[in-house]
Amino acid sequence: MKALTTEEIRAVIARGKLRDNLFKALGIFCLSFALLVIVALIADMVIKGSERFTLDFFLNFASRRATQAGILSAWVGSLLVMFVTALAAVPLGVAAGLYLEEYAKRNWITTVIEINITNLAAVPSIVYGLLALGIFVYQFGFGQSILSAGLTLALLILPIIIVSTREAIRAIPAMIREGSMAVGATRWQTCRYHIVPYAMPGILTGVIIGLARAIGETAPIITIGALTFIAFLPPAPFAGEPAAGLFDWVMAPFTVMPIQIFNWTSRPDPAFEVNAAAAGFVLMAMVLSMNAVAIYLRYKMRKNIKW
Amino acid sequence: MIKNSKVVSALAVAGIALFASHAAQAQVIKVDGSSTVYPITEAVAEEFQKAKKNAIKVTVGISGTGGGFKKFCRDEIDIADASRPITKKEMDDCKAAGVEYIEMPVAFDALTVVINPKNTFLKEATVAEMKTLWEPAAQGKIMKWNQVNPAWPDAPVKLFGAGADSGTFEYFTEAMVGKAKSSRGDYTASEDDNVLVQGVSRDVNAIGYFGYAYYAENTGKLKALPIVSPKTGKAVEPSPANVENGTYQPLSRPIFIYVKAKSLEKPEVKEFIEYYMKDGAKLTKEVKYVPLPPSAYTGNIEHMNKKKLGTVFGGQNEIGITIEEVMKREAKM
Repeated sequence: MKALTTEEIRAVIARGKLRDNLFKALGIFCLSFALLVIVALIADMVIKGSERFTLDFFLNFASRRATQAGILSAWVGSLLVMFVTALAAVPLGVAAGLYLEEYAKRNWITTVIEINITNLAAVPSIVYGLLALGIFVYQFGFGQSILSAGLTLALLILPIIIVSTREAIRAIPAMIREGSMAVGATRWQTCRYHIVPYAMPGILTGVIIGLARAIGETAPIITIGALTFIAFLPPAPFAGEPAAGLFDWVMAPFTVMPIQIFNWTSRPDPAFEVNAAAAGFVLMAMVLSMNAVAIYLRYKMRKNIKW
Repeated sequence: MIKNSKVVSALAVAGIALFASHAAQAQVIKVDGSSTVYPITEAVAEEFQKAKKNAIKVTVGISGTGGGFKKFCRDEIDIADASRPITKKEMDDCKAAGVEYIEMPVAFDALTVVINPKNTFLKEATVAEMKTLWEPAAQGKIMKWNQVNPAWPDAPVKLFGAGADSGTFEYFTEAMVGKAKSSRGDYTASEDDNVLVQGVSRDVNAIGYFGYAYYAENTGKLKALPIVSPKTGKAVEPSPANVENGTYQPLSRPIFIYVKAKSLEKPEVKEFIEYYMKDGAKLTKEVKYVPLPPSAYTGNIEHMNKKKLGTVFGGQNEIGITIEEVMKREAKM
């Protein structure tokens, strides 16, 4: 090989730098494009929906008059459904992920289960709706209730939680397990005091991504029979006459934010578009604040981990 | 972790406290079905609940006419909203489940053929012309206006219509082409009528169809095309007056609610129907539909009190039937 002159070496370096900078510019362009889209989307909804951002909008039920129509039953419905979803999906998903990573033997059954879980994550949501209509609504007799909807969405996000739990657990160095076992801890103690706490930030991320997907779902909820007009709230525990039970609300009929938004966009009166934009912004704010909580919790938990 | 569970329980308590003030045990009237009938039932439900100070609760869903009848005949709901009469198969399903019902027309739905306001050559159209334009044989062949009528210009036709799952599609094809669900497929189809409104308002050569309410809310952006009535030979434009006096044919039809006979034994359902028939006309106008003549509403109440069970259509849809005829005919289960 012929030795390069200094000029030639400089030229090579300059070319390399140029390419570096070009790629950097491309990266920034892509990033700002994605950011611009979301900012434009939010700005559009805020501008269009601005006249509805009043307290009444949050405290009124649906109405045929656009200016009086609000999202009370929708946001309460969405929150309660999410509550049931989280309650069902998180323990199941985390336990399943923990079992697969820490307990299950590596054999073909485990492999089949793993492949199936990954595939489940790709099943279209409407299919879960059909399944839930057959099983939860009719077979188990839960009816068109918050319980049915919550369990349906729990099924939908279960694979997401399982996969993220496993990834979080896998990221924990093997020496942690070995150290724990070496001082005499059982497998359960190792999981309880080391694996789960250390994996918690990752698990939480998965849970929030799952819930954020679930809160925007319309198709499976419509399939199981959510309502469009409902001008009352589920019974609160111990309220009313005769007093409602602690869990009466899970069997109540409901509606959720995406259904309310969809209904408003498809109405003849263009004034409802304002409501749809405002409700869209509220839904977005719900998702973003869920993300914010997750980021905060993750930050706090990471600080407590000392390896 | 302990800290977190405290946060969770605090949130739960806050949630419970929030709902506490609203709860009260009450009867629930369940309505589901057509999205066409929905705005009327919603308006009635809203006013009825206000009038009853929320002591009676009404829920309204949109499962479509077919989906509504499915639930209705499974004995899950009290009232089915329907944009067409009950079919033979649905009648059998209801019979098998022992569900008896009373059929009540509640308003007119007028399908409206719309064109762009800048369109100057279209003044009216006949059913035959509409058939030439929309029948399945037109697919890929009838692409220009002068192919339908030589007097019209040599300009491309842009078609906008209802999606194949809607009752609007079913009725339009039956009334114009002559056979339900028989249509060309190469047009812009949408279940969301606002998409069709946008499409027609942006293209001079566009033509489309949807329910009258969507035209009524967008009269600045659209022009309604008068359709020549096969009975009188006169072009009639869609308007509340022309629909009510029965001259806007064959594109206007009654829409219905079906009330379960067993539910009428509950006083709150009976009250709801009475309210529907009393204030229905006013609320129908408010949501831009065309109300029935007053005699039809009183007739419905009579039928309810006399328990006139079943349908007057015998499981068949009918084009061009007048409301007087609907009210007079014998009903069969």
